[in-house]
Amino acid sequence: MKKNLHKILKYLFNITFFLFFVVVTLLGITLFLHHKPTWRLSSEVTKEEKSTEQENRVAVDGKDIKTGLLDDKGIEVVIFNCTRCHSAKLITQNRANRQGWLAMIRWMQSSQNLWDLGENEKIILDYLEKNYAPEKQGRRKNLSNIEWYKLD
Amino acid sequence: MTGFGLDAVYGALMPEGEDFLGIQDPYELFQKHEDMVLLNDKPWNMEAQAHLLNDYVTPASKMFIRNNGLIPQKIDLENWQLTIDGESAITQKKYSLADLKNNFEPYTYHLTLECGGNGRSEFNPPAKGNQWTVGAVSCAKWTGVRLRDLLEDVGVKSDAVYIGYYGEDSHLSGDPSKKPISRGVPITKAMLEETLVAYQMNGEDIPLVHGFPLRLVAGGWPASASGKWLTRLSIRNKVHDGAKMGGASYRVPCKPVAPGAKVLDENMCIIESMPVKSLITYPKTGAILSGNKNLKINGHAWAGELPVKQMEYSIDFGATWHLCKLKQPTNRLAWQQWDVEVNFPQKGYYEVWAKATDSSGVSQPTILPGWNPKGYLNNACHRIAIQVS
Ligand code: HEC
Repeated sequence: MKKNLHKILKYLFNITFFLFFVVVTLLGITLFLHHKPTWRLSSEVTKEEKSTEQENRVAVDGKDIKTGLLDDKGIEVVIFNCTRCHSAKLITQNRANRQGWLAMIRWMQSSQNLWDLGENEKIILDYLEKNYAPEKQGRRKNLSNIEWYKLD
Repeated sequence: MTGFGLDAVYGALMPEGEDFLGIQDPYELFQKHEDMVLLNDKPWNMEAQAHLLNDYVTPASKMFIRNNGLIPQKIDLENWQLTIDGESAITQKKYSLADLKNNFEPYTYHLTLECGGNGRSEFNPPAKGNQWTVGAVSCAKWTGVRLRDLLEDVGVKSDAVYIGYYGEDSHLSGDPSKKPISRGVPITKAMLEETLVAYQMNGEDIPLVHGFPLRLVAGGWPASASGKWLTRLSIRNKVHDGAKMGGASYRVPCKPVAPGAKVLDENMCIIESMPVKSLITYPKTGAILSGNKNLKINGHAWAGELPVKQMEYSIDFGATWHLCKLKQPTNRLAWQQWDVEVNFPQKGYYEVWAKATDSSGVSQPTILPGWNPKGYLNNACHRIAIQVS
């Protein structure tokens, strides 16, 4: 009887210890993945991290909620490669043709530590060219978005 | 530092990291007016709207933010040092904040700082970068030591060409070996009375986001020449070659080019003095006047290194121009206040256009000035819409 109790206690102790170990490890991994320092370059980022990013995306009114980028083919690759140093606001503010976008990418590669995008470059350029192309406009636009108010 | 406890400093110092939800309120963080417009949250870029800039002395709450990198995470005031060195320095010296405050005469000037890219959003074809409209300009009261006094203390060789600055901000990529920006001014500008190494803005410590505890301030030049979080000034025997001194950054084609043209690096020239410009800061655009056809309007005008000699407005899209009353600046490189009473002849939609002319007779264009790859120097007339009903 006593021996059995001792065995059971030891067993329980082992299980508790094991569970504790598992929880701590999982917590550690989660925190590590969540932290994501920018200086971990693209090559160091795991496939899993990339797919989590895709699954967690929510789009409302055709826009990705977190980044404000237009929801379209290639957006995951853009988010993945283009929002690690600065926010996507730098993209959504800008308009350019394909050549212009490529020039910005080349500038970031030559002077701002942007990595070689490999085959993703085409996906990114297709996305940017389609969604953030220049609008036709003259030498000066009409005033717009005026919020009229009474002044006396 | 006066009236700004260390705790307060450290408390304000976590701007770059995200909180658990990834949300940060820049209005609270930097104590900005609610009408300021956020252009980017990493790096922080924020601009005023014209009507916010009505004060003669721009308060911190209405001053635009242009950051190229990340704000320093830690400011160690006790050990903060400004090093002056370089090929054309006779000696090399280090100054603590106390040295600067105790051993040199303090000077205070109202200095106009405008982002080189202010107005970029209007260029066609579109120009790259933050899409500033009209609000990336300020004129605050800066206090500090004259850069000239420091340069003379160190000794400047006769071959000196440029002063390059280095600050404590870090590069967006996190690479510790890279600087987000390291620009400066030619030695001639550095030697002018109003070029300061400032430790106060509007009589208080400089706000963290604007360069606490030390900032180079070169009024009338693109604000990027006024390095924040300053730790080092290099007296160079050539044009400074730090980050964002080359390529298309803060440079424009030396000769005029067609919109959208490709310009080679060797044909780009560094922007020096900013061009003549003005703002209508009262009323806010969109005013509806009922019956009352007279309206007092006012604003500021500035012209880089030059004074503004004349201010005009038009309510008929530039067909006729009328003079405004224009004040003298408090000191050189400060913006100048103007005001006038406008009479609208009948009911309808009007635009008020404002046009300043500098002391050399150069005026603001009514349409966009010359296109350039990065969309700098848009000094087209400011316009507001008015309805008389
Ligand atoms: C390794 C860091 C890094 C990555 C990754 C990166 N950028 Fe940038 N990017 C920068 C820096 C630094 C700037 C300058 C920011 C500033 O001046 O405010 C910049 C500026 C820009 C600008 C403004 C251009 C200009 O001339 O000021 C655009 C648009 C842009 N990035 C788009 C992108 C796109 C699209 C991607 C993905 C392909 C990307 N960035 C990825 C570092 C990066």
